[in-house]
Amino acid sequence: MAWANQDKCAIVGVGATDYYVRGKSWPRTINDMAGEAILKACEDAGISIRDIDGFAYYSTAGAGYLDRFDSASLMETLGMPHISFSATLTSGGGGCVGAIGLATAGLVNEDCRYAVTLMALQQLPQHRLGVVFGAAPPSPENSFLQPAGLVGPGHLMSMLARRHMHLYGTTQDAFGEIVMATRANTANRPKAIRKAPLSKVEYEASPMLADPLRRLDFCLETDGAVAVITTTMDRARDCRQRPAVVHACAHGGAREWGRAFAWMGMPDPWFASSGHKFTADRIWAQSGLKAKDMDVALLYDHFSPMVLMQLEDYGFCEKGEGGDYVLSEKIRYDPATRRGVGGGVPVNTHGGNLNEAYIIGMTHVVEAVEQVRGSAINQVEDCEFALASGGPAALPVSSLILRRA
Amino acid sequence: MSGPIKYGPARVLPGEQIRITTNPDTAPFWEAAKARRLTACQCADCGRFRMPPSPYCPHCSSREKRWPTLPGAGTVFSYVVCNKNPANGEPYVYVPVVVDLDGAPGARLNGNLTGCDADDVRIGMQVAVEWTPIQDGWVLPNFRKA
Repeated sequence: MAWANQDKCAIVGVGATDYYVRGKSWPRTINDMAGEAILKACEDAGISIRDIDGFAYYSTAGAGYLDRFDSASLMETLGMPHISFSATLTSGGGGCVGAIGLATAGLVNEDCRYAVTLMALQQLPQHRLGVVFGAAPPSPENSFLQPAGLVGPGHLMSMLARRHMHLYGTTQDAFGEIVMATRANTANRPKAIRKAPLSKVEYEASPMLADPLRRLDFCLETDGAVAVITTTMDRARDCRQRPAVVHACAHGGAREWGRAFAWMGMPDPWFASSGHKFTADRIWAQSGLKAKDMDVALLYDHFSPMVLMQLEDYGFCEKGEGGDYVLSEKIRYDPATRRGVGGGVPVNTHGGNLNEAYIIGMTHVVEAVEQVRGSAINQVEDCEFALASGGPAALPVSSLILRRA
Repeated sequence: MSGPIKYGPARVLPGEQIRITTNPDTAPFWEAAKARRLTACQCADCGRFRMPPSPYCPHCSSREKRWPTLPGAGTVFSYVVCNKNPANGEPYVYVPVVVDLDGAPGARLNGNLTGCDADDVRIGMQVAVEWTPIQDGWVLPNFRKA
């Protein structure tokens, strides 16, 4: 299966605000932060805001959990002369990297010339995700979930983690290793929220919030905005930076995953998975590549066990062997050799959502771009292919391979 | 594994803090629960079960439904141990469980498990439905260790 849009577009600009601990971005507004990210991405690409004529969102154009982007407002207030593409993937953060595929659709169709994908997140007290879930008025659907006290994403994800432990003997030690291994990647990152090295003792002292998951298995709650600009290869070559070529991209998923942890009806082996096998198989089929061909993997890490289950779904290891794979330190990045450890592919060299910042997945796209540009802070030696993922969540989830130009 | 943490008795969340809503697809389930009768949505054509109730059978696209009386028992498919009441953040040990329902292959129900210490809950444990009155006169199916 070839993908018609393979290598036809590239990400040419990335921009981000500082990352703030939840709520600390105030008195900035969410549109202030979104504007900064977009303008910085334009600067990075060496283009004008007036060149942007497309929006390819995800999360149903959500800006955080309660706000929503509006292309009309953004283009009018930022001074874009016109727009000719404005579209979003549905559901939530699972579509994060799939939005780049959506951008390629608009670009290859010549609907637009430069498409921006962005996320801005500002978690004022009433905007926290856990609170948003819990405070949502009962709906006929969540009346089958919420009364059980499954009110936050951590509760839901723990249910999957527990099943994985039961089926495959996975341990909390493996979840801890994921947090510690990726924490080790933030010590040298000025913008990261959690930079101090994490010991096993400290991990085990972290409060149990939804057993088997501790607070440190939950990602950060942060504020900030991130934007990236995608364009066609011919235009990309004229931009300021080395293009990050969009080599493969897929969004969607299998019916057995469906609404996932908002459903809990997934049969084995889907239940104790990341729901990514469908899109993983698609990008491997699109590209002829496999997990072992990746030089770095930026895996959506809202909860540590979901990294482990993605390692299985993408084929970095066999199903059920994620625990052993992780405990053999194969997701670590070795700064001395600038490569993986023990033949593994380094995961979340930016520290991920668990340690650097959580902007609903966009930081993974930025890191993937910087890795194939060769400008990452924790640069992987000779990085040709970077994998990035969005989700695990209700469908669509998404998968992306960027390639060095 | 709960490690060194000792949780003690698993309690169901207080019914007075729980609200539900229904629609025409889900109302028969909740009306049955009000009469303390456990049911699940079954396709009247192909016989397969689905939960939560929805307009179409995902297997044969039929809109015809049946609401058979189930044995009221099941098996823990997975669980989480929580230690704070989500309504107020106060210490409160409860165990959300995903339960495979006896007599309704493929249908699962989420509830709280009681009748044992949270530390002793295991996947595969047999449970029986237990009814918890909630707001607006509705009744919620929870579970007790069998």
